[in-house]
Amino acid sequence: MRIAAPETSDLYIPTKRPFNFGRWFSRTGWRHLIGAIMVVFASFPLLYVLSASLHPGGTLITANGLFSEVDLGSYQTLFNLPQQPYAAWYGNTLLIGGITSICTVFLGALAAYSFSRMRFIGRRPGLLMLVLVQMFPQLLAVVAIFLLLNGISDIFPMIGLDSQVGLIMVYLGGALGVNTYLMYGFFNTVPASIDEAAKIDGAGHARIFFTIILRLVAPILAVVGLLSFVGTTNEFVIASIVLITPEKQTLAVGLYQFVSQEFSSNYSVFAAGAVLAALPVMALFLWLQKYIVGGLTAGSVK
Amino acid sequence: MTNPSTEQGEAQVRASRRSRQAARIAEAASAGVKVLLVKIFLLAIVDAISVYALFVLLLRSDWVVFGAVLLVTLIVNWIYFSKQKLPAKYLTPGLIFLLIFQIFVVGYSGYIAFTNYGTGHNSTKQDAVNALIVSSQQRVPDSPTYELTVVEQLGNYSFLVTDPKGRVSIGSTDAPLRRVTDATLNDADKAVALPGYTSLKFTDIVANQQKIAALSVPLSSDPNDGTLRTPDGSKAYLYLSDLVYDEAAGTMTNTSTNTVYVDNGKTGSFVAADGAELLPGWKVEVGLANFAKAFGSESIRGPLISVTLWTFTFAFLSVLTTFGLGLFLAIVFNDMRMRGRNVYRVILILPYAFPAFLSALVWAGMLNPQFGFVNQVLFGGADIPWLTNEWLAKFSIIFVNLWLGFPYMFLVCTGALQSIPDEIQEAATVDGARPFQVFRLIKLPLLLVSVAPLLISSFAFNFNNFNLIYMLTNGGPRDVTAGVNVGATDILISMVYKVAFVGANRDYGLASAFSIIIFLLVALVSVISFKQTKALEELN
Repeated sequence: MRIAAPETSDLYIPTKRPFNFGRWFSRTGWRHLIGAIMVVFASFPLLYVLSASLHPGGTLITANGLFSEVDLGSYQTLFNLPQQPYAAWYGNTLLIGGITSICTVFLGALAAYSFSRMRFIGRRPGLLMLVLVQMFPQLLAVVAIFLLLNGISDIFPMIGLDSQVGLIMVYLGGALGVNTYLMYGFFNTVPASIDEAAKIDGAGHARIFFTIILRLVAPILAVVGLLSFVGTTNEFVIASIVLITPEKQTLAVGLYQFVSQEFSSNYSVFAAGAVLAALPVMALFLWLQKYIVGGLTAGSVK
Repeated sequence: MTNPSTEQGEAQVRASRRSRQAARIAEAASAGVKVLLVKIFLLAIVDAISVYALFVLLLRSDWVVFGAVLLVTLIVNWIYFSKQKLPAKYLTPGLIFLLIFQIFVVGYSGYIAFTNYGTGHNSTKQDAVNALIVSSQQRVPDSPTYELTVVEQLGNYSFLVTDPKGRVSIGSTDAPLRRVTDATLNDADKAVALPGYTSLKFTDIVANQQKIAALSVPLSSDPNDGTLRTPDGSKAYLYLSDLVYDEAAGTMTNTSTNTVYVDNGKTGSFVAADGAELLPGWKVEVGLANFAKAFGSESIRGPLISVTLWTFTFAFLSVLTTFGLGLFLAIVFNDMRMRGRNVYRVILILPYAFPAFLSALVWAGMLNPQFGFVNQVLFGGADIPWLTNEWLAKFSIIFVNLWLGFPYMFLVCTGALQSIPDEIQEAATVDGARPFQVFRLIKLPLLLVSVAPLLISSFAFNFNNFNLIYMLTNGGPRDVTAGVNVGATDILISMVYKVAFVGANRDYGLASAFSIIIFLLVALVSVISFKQTKALEELN
């Protein structure tokens, strides 16, 4: 039986009001329903690939029986493939992604500091250029990059085609631009009076930059570093044309070729590779998610 | 973006000499010896690398690149040793990479678009002549036998040969034979060693048999004189080509059929009177030929237009669907009374955290027509061609992109919604606005102002979303009537990649022409959208 409660405002909910399904559903219940549907939609492919990876010797067909078998055999197979050096791909991806993101953060922070704290001729055109460069990703010029590296490898094989150093250098070409504008916005939120106080105390520009500013903008550095790392991990186009030797390739290139050779027959091994490849990125992402949400919106929502 | 302190900043630039001097003294006093040492150390590394590069370039007499490297090195040193130029000190490292790998390559694409660079047209005319002559060589019957010792220096093989008259010469693939006098001879007067070179033993020759058999050492700098080759590593024979190159006339004559191939100066190859072409050719500037091919020939123009339309449709629908779902979810979950919102949020951003290229590959597995989960389990064994039918493939791509992209829009919209002050909503409610009116007339415009730049960058990103297309459908189903390797779901950038790098026939020139078209389209979109967002900002 329903006890007639006095009409209250939305904000005032008596603690001992008996549960009423209809009222609950119309207020928050339907939100949970949508939430449940979306949770299934969002997480299903991930559960699917996890279950496929735990089914040793599995094909695409057997992957359909979700979690019918749980065994780590595929993960062992993965590291003992004769043609596909998975461990090398993994190491390369972490190495290339790590170095690229550290250098990107550093180069971007240097530029953002000068744009934010110094006044010089060409500053506004420079800022405009940062915004415009974002619109033209490097992969548009992939043919020219390939031929340029091809030319370089005649002279310096160290940084030419099939060289990871060369690939990192290409990636660093995009260091200014995409993320520097984000950093620039964040640098501007650090009050200039801090710099001035330090200057009066006798600190030079380098000391102000390295010991004061860089520490105050640490969150945005983390975001930019992560975005750059994720971007490098996902990058396929340039990596696929630069890196030729299998031992030098990254996960994106290697796993794509692995899959296109034997897609349905060896699916569980691919799935195991995918799960392991996703782990570091997802861990970083969930760990830093608060900063990321802040960073993503910082560019526009002021 | 307009900074109120700009004017004040410009005043700073024009500050008096005395204050500049004071600043310099303060700067010098603050910079420790350590900082100075680090600076000198880093510059020393940069200079060492440059000097090495200059040395190599000097040896190759590559003057244009030599000049460029020298100029950059001098500028870098000038900037970092100067007492001023503070902004330049901070900008230069990033700018160098930006200029080479982002700005220069765009210009270089523009140049390549006007050449016939590609399979069969890879290098210079001289290389092409050599390659043609070497590839058509045959052993000359009854030719003299050269006694041979294969020698090695720094990993490169050379031929140390003794000709029938007892003269000793050395040469390699890149360097024609030249006489040497200080070789060690054996009892049979065969040269067996030369100072500075290591003679290969029999076991080494067996181990590198294929490499050695592929060597061909020119007899002289004139390619028509023929080359020496060895079948066994101990004797070399003269090989002559039946093609004879006449440098003065620019013709290549086949001596066995007496066909004359002429360099017509246009196609970058030798062409016979009946139109037969000798390949490889070389790289030449072809003017607007690639653009004429792209727009002129029906078999390429048709696909190019449909691919361009699909690129725009795909990018637009991607933004629309992901933003729609993201906004809807942001509104649904933006209710203080709802419990467990954080749990939902973490699970909903999982697709965004999962590497995108892997998502596309996983979905390609799930949508596989014969074995995939969707057909086998969800549709009970149906045979729906999700990725191989033209329209279903397009639908699948939009759907998978929705899965990939909605978390980002959800995060962005949640942030934007929460930044709208509650008072505005309350004021509207007091004035009698219904919830939907509050949303449509107040929240949505405010939200659009703040997320519009992100929608534009999302559009630009999807415009070139190579990974999704290439990994999910590989651009397929393929359009067999097209003159280039292109499919129904290909977008412009995946078409560029396929024309340039997939298959045996690579056409860098045509691919670059397509790249230039993308550049122009992106530039157009940027101009329009940046103007549009400024208009949106003025609403506020």
